[in-house]
Amino acid sequence: MAELTRHISTSQGREQTTALTGPPAWKRFVPERWYAHLILWIACLVMGFPLLYAALVSTQNNAQVANFVLAPGTSFTDNLEWVMVNRNLGKYMVDSLTLSVVITVGKTILSLLSGLAFVYFRFPGKWLVFGFVLLTLMMPTEILVIGLFRYVSGTLGWGGTFQAVAVPFLASATGTFLFRQHFSNIPAELSEAAQMDGANPLQFLWRVLVPMSWNTIGALAVIQFVYSWNMYLWPQLIMTRGDFQVVQVGLRALLGGDQATEYGPLMLGAVIASIPPVIVFIILQKQFMSGFQITTDK
Amino acid sequence: MVPLNFCTFEADRSSTDTAFGVLLIGLGMVIGIAIGTIVHRIVSSGQGLGSLTSEQHSAGTFKGTFIPFALLAPTLIILALFLYLPAVDNLRLSTLLARLGTDRTAFVCVDNFTKLLEPRQNYGQTLYATFLIAFFTVVLGLVLSLLIAYVAYQPVRGASIYRTLLIWPYAISPPVAGIIFSLVFNPSSGIMNHLIRTAGGTPVEWLQNASIAPWTIIVASVWKSMGFNILFYIAGLQNVPMDLVEAAAIDGANFVQRFRRVIIPMLSPITFFLIITNITYAFFDTYGTIDFLTSGGPAGATSTMIYRIVDNGLRKFDLGTAAAQSLVLFSIVILITLIQFRTSGRRVTYGK
Repeated sequence: MAELTRHISTSQGREQTTALTGPPAWKRFVPERWYAHLILWIACLVMGFPLLYAALVSTQNNAQVANFVLAPGTSFTDNLEWVMVNRNLGKYMVDSLTLSVVITVGKTILSLLSGLAFVYFRFPGKWLVFGFVLLTLMMPTEILVIGLFRYVSGTLGWGGTFQAVAVPFLASATGTFLFRQHFSNIPAELSEAAQMDGANPLQFLWRVLVPMSWNTIGALAVIQFVYSWNMYLWPQLIMTRGDFQVVQVGLRALLGGDQATEYGPLMLGAVIASIPPVIVFIILQKQFMSGFQITTDK
Repeated sequence: MVPLNFCTFEADRSSTDTAFGVLLIGLGMVIGIAIGTIVHRIVSSGQGLGSLTSEQHSAGTFKGTFIPFALLAPTLIILALFLYLPAVDNLRLSTLLARLGTDRTAFVCVDNFTKLLEPRQNYGQTLYATFLIAFFTVVLGLVLSLLIAYVAYQPVRGASIYRTLLIWPYAISPPVAGIIFSLVFNPSSGIMNHLIRTAGGTPVEWLQNASIAPWTIIVASVWKSMGFNILFYIAGLQNVPMDLVEAAAIDGANFVQRFRRVIIPMLSPITFFLIITNITYAFFDTYGTIDFLTSGGPAGATSTMIYRIVDNGLRKFDLGTAAAQSLVLFSIVILITLIQFRTSGRRVTYGK
């Protein structure tokens, strides 16, 4: 009995505290909780099923795939060796990582510099230059692929080289606007103070703006890393010779061609190729969200 | 149209060419105005990528007119060389008979465009496949994502775990989506047909039947795009002021009414942004999925415009035709964006 009273009193006390601080408004508009859980469970399962199934198949041999064994198979190490050594996926992974890091870092630096120029300088023709950058948002590389191929492969002779997949993607209108937007919201007093201390623009960028921009940098880094890791069309066209190859195109070699496709190795390749971007995305998820808040919250 | 030297109006041209010349001039004007309008709208109202015209620091600017150009130089040079230059080359190529691997070209006026009208080119099917796949990828992707995001936004226990489990497909590449779904939908060894057979049904030719294959592509594309959409819808929902929902509830609006009359209008800026990004995705990024899943087949049923550009230009070496198709695709994307700006841009509701 005493215990029950204590229980009631504590729950009443809790009730009072929530009443004092005010219950979050949304609490009163929640549909049945079990209902939400059920829907979310189904949604997660449906979204996750194709990848889970692919992960299972990646451990199986052809006989097990054909029998629809919904359990880990026995060929994981065989598949792994085939994919990584015989089909060179290990090297492609390293190549893709190099490329993605170079593009991500390069894009971030160039975007920081152009953001700095647009916000902290007054110069003639600023709106013209701004329009020049803005227009490129409407020019996806995919549309220009014919002209770009002729230029990079023909005029520059870069076919099959690292710079052919890296250099065209170092500049970014999205990044420039993201930083321009972010810098515009930083109080002007900071740059005045920095100038009084005799800092030059680059010192100001490095010492003041960058430390204040980690969320935006993180958001841009996620987009650019995922974007460059997942590039397929352009590398497939331009990297037809030479040693360097990105993993997305490398996966193509796992398709059977004339003979039947070995699904185990193909799925293993697909799963392995997805690990780096998914990890980067999940780790930087919070930065991604808060970095984007700036642009969507208006 | 001066670069074409009015060639479509030469005496020996067919009436199709002349009509095309008129159309081209009209289209050129519309696109010019469209680009101008879009730029103006973005600059003046701050949609899509957010306000681009927020208050400039009048105080606190650094001195020097050379330095900003030095800071911008790498960006501007790369954009000029790898976007503007190929764009101009594309424009030029579309009027030329040009083959990959030879430098010799011949001016053919608008033949590359009028050729697309020939029945044997089957360009109508390409357009149909493109619009079918793009429309349903965007619509299904957004509707499903909004519904799931709305549930995932509810403060249930483990909400952050659910969210992570829902948004990771964003990081999956279109080719990998194609690979995974090639396993799911394989006619003989795929799990879909296995389930259908187990249930006693007839297996479906997911990838070989010309009227079903585009839907297989749509399923794979929607699956891949949902992570991104859910992520942004959850972010958008966090910005919806809950006192509005509360007020609607006090006024007697039920769950569905609150969703339709309050939540959806409040999310319109996010929806607007997502429609634009999803259109780009559906038109261009689905290339990787299609390449792994159906390679444009069967009989061109999943050969979208971008797939065909690559196929004609860089596998069949017909650069002129491919460049002309690029321009058609570019015009379509610009026009859709413009329509989008004109129709829903006006209806966008801002809460603050």
